[in-house]
Amino acid sequence: MRLLALYAAAAYLFLYLPLAVLAIFSFNDSRFSEWTGFSWRWYRALAADPRLIPCTLNSLLIGLSATVLATAAGTLAAYGLWKRRHPWLAASLYLSLLSPEIVTGVSLLALYQWMFRYLDLRLGLHTVILAHVSFCVPYVVIVVMSRLKTMDPALEEAALDLGATEWRAFWQVTLPQLWPGVAAAALLAFTISFDDFVITSLVAGVDSETLPMLIYSSARRGISPALNAISTVIVVLLSALILLSERLRES
Amino acid sequence: MRLLSRDGAPDGRTWLKTKTRMRWPRLAAGPTVFLLPAVTIQLLLFAAPLVIVVAYSFLTRGPYGGTSLPFTLENYARLWDPLYARILLRSIALAALATLLCLVLGLPLAVYISRSGSRKGLLLQLVMLPFWTSFLIRTYAWIFLLRDTGWINHLLIRWGWISSPLPLLYHDGAVVLGLVYGYLPFMVLPLFATLERLDRRFVEAAADLGAPPWRVFWEVTLPLCRPGVWAGSILVFIPCLGAYLTPDLLGGGKSIMVGNLVQNQFTSARDWPFGAALSLALMALSLILLVAVRRAVGRAGGLEDPW
Repeated sequence: MRLLALYAAAAYLFLYLPLAVLAIFSFNDSRFSEWTGFSWRWYRALAADPRLIPCTLNSLLIGLSATVLATAAGTLAAYGLWKRRHPWLAASLYLSLLSPEIVTGVSLLALYQWMFRYLDLRLGLHTVILAHVSFCVPYVVIVVMSRLKTMDPALEEAALDLGATEWRAFWQVTLPQLWPGVAAAALLAFTISFDDFVITSLVAGVDSETLPMLIYSSARRGISPALNAISTVIVVLLSALILLSERLRES
Repeated sequence: MRLLSRDGAPDGRTWLKTKTRMRWPRLAAGPTVFLLPAVTIQLLLFAAPLVIVVAYSFLTRGPYGGTSLPFTLENYARLWDPLYARILLRSIALAALATLLCLVLGLPLAVYISRSGSRKGLLLQLVMLPFWTSFLIRTYAWIFLLRDTGWINHLLIRWGWISSPLPLLYHDGAVVLGLVYGYLPFMVLPLFATLERLDRRFVEAAADLGAPPWRVFWEVTLPLCRPGVWAGSILVFIPCLGAYLTPDLLGGGKSIMVGNLVQNQFTSARDWPFGAALSLALMALSLILLVAVRRAVGRAGGLEDPW
């Protein structure tokens, strides 16, 4: 057991050390891997980057829109699936969850380009939002479903027996008990959307560069401590959202 | 609800009665209506794109990179071209190696977590937390550590262990490391789940009968965990096989996988029909493996639909 504990410590170190080093060096005064002293200069450099604000705004806009739409559709679907099995929808959600991101991305790109032959539209924020909705829905369904499974169906059955329609039973009886699950699902959907690079980069237009796209293009160009700074900020914020989501799931 | 009298004229009395009673819309379709938004999304944004990709995979590449007739099987035949078949096989090999390493590294961790009493939940959350927070940034973190002037080389040189930087980045090893780092949580989770469901009496019986701990583990615990091992392996193998970002950033173009090939066909090479055939081959391979493993382990491995 002692050996096992030692191993586990090493495993957690493996999981967290890269992120920790990244965060520590975002406060390094030098641009090299030599620690020369604490400094905020890379965070200041970050604030001066003209691309940062528009990319962040795009990411937020995409994330929030996709979260609202995916959470609404996913919650309703989880409820419907909870009431009655629907093997086709379940299989489709399962498949979309497991298909490689790159395949999802190129097939959405193929769909958009095919549609653009007939419509006067171009790739942009709307295509990114639709793509994000599509890959967030399965996660929302899973989270809401796990909440539904812990709930007592008797309350809703009572409402139905007393003559409530299914809509009314859903809105007035089930949803009020379900909201922590819905909130947890929304937070998770936002995190996944905010973080996505592979699908986004394929279906984004010239006006819809997101934060992960900015990070990717900087990472390809080379290392900069400013990149560490923005990464640290994102990791801290997303971790907070995930922890909040987990708390809600358990409540 | 009879709104018309027998001879076809509106029946005032029945109509009034129904009107006063209908305060919430009564939906004949029942729960199906709740599924409507999700079904629409799945049809339009998952099924339709796949249908288009299937259609493209049988078309010919157009003169300016688009797609055009005639129908052909050429794109599928090209999958066997040694140039591409080698990348396909390499991807399978790298994904398999990453899966094996995840299993070797994840199993003791899962065992440790399942034995740590009240801290279980916290420890499991700590494994999952990095997984949810930015795959891109976690991959970038490894570039920061591994590059020639990175932190690891810097430390090794400083301690005088090496004189010139080791080439740690941009080869298969770095890609496998990135994959293991990225998908380890997918292995730990199902392993932990089966360990939790394990009937402790078998383990206790083996120990009572005098088996040393390693033997109990090897001959009792591990065989009982087989469904979890399979479930974890398939959950790691599938995303590794389709990986794009990890080989792109850590392989640096020298160690490419199928995902990169797909991306390349849809962007710079502009050969959409071949890219479509590659995507479908990747999907088909993942799906066949998934179905096979599900058949083999049944519901025990936690691979059942989460809904």
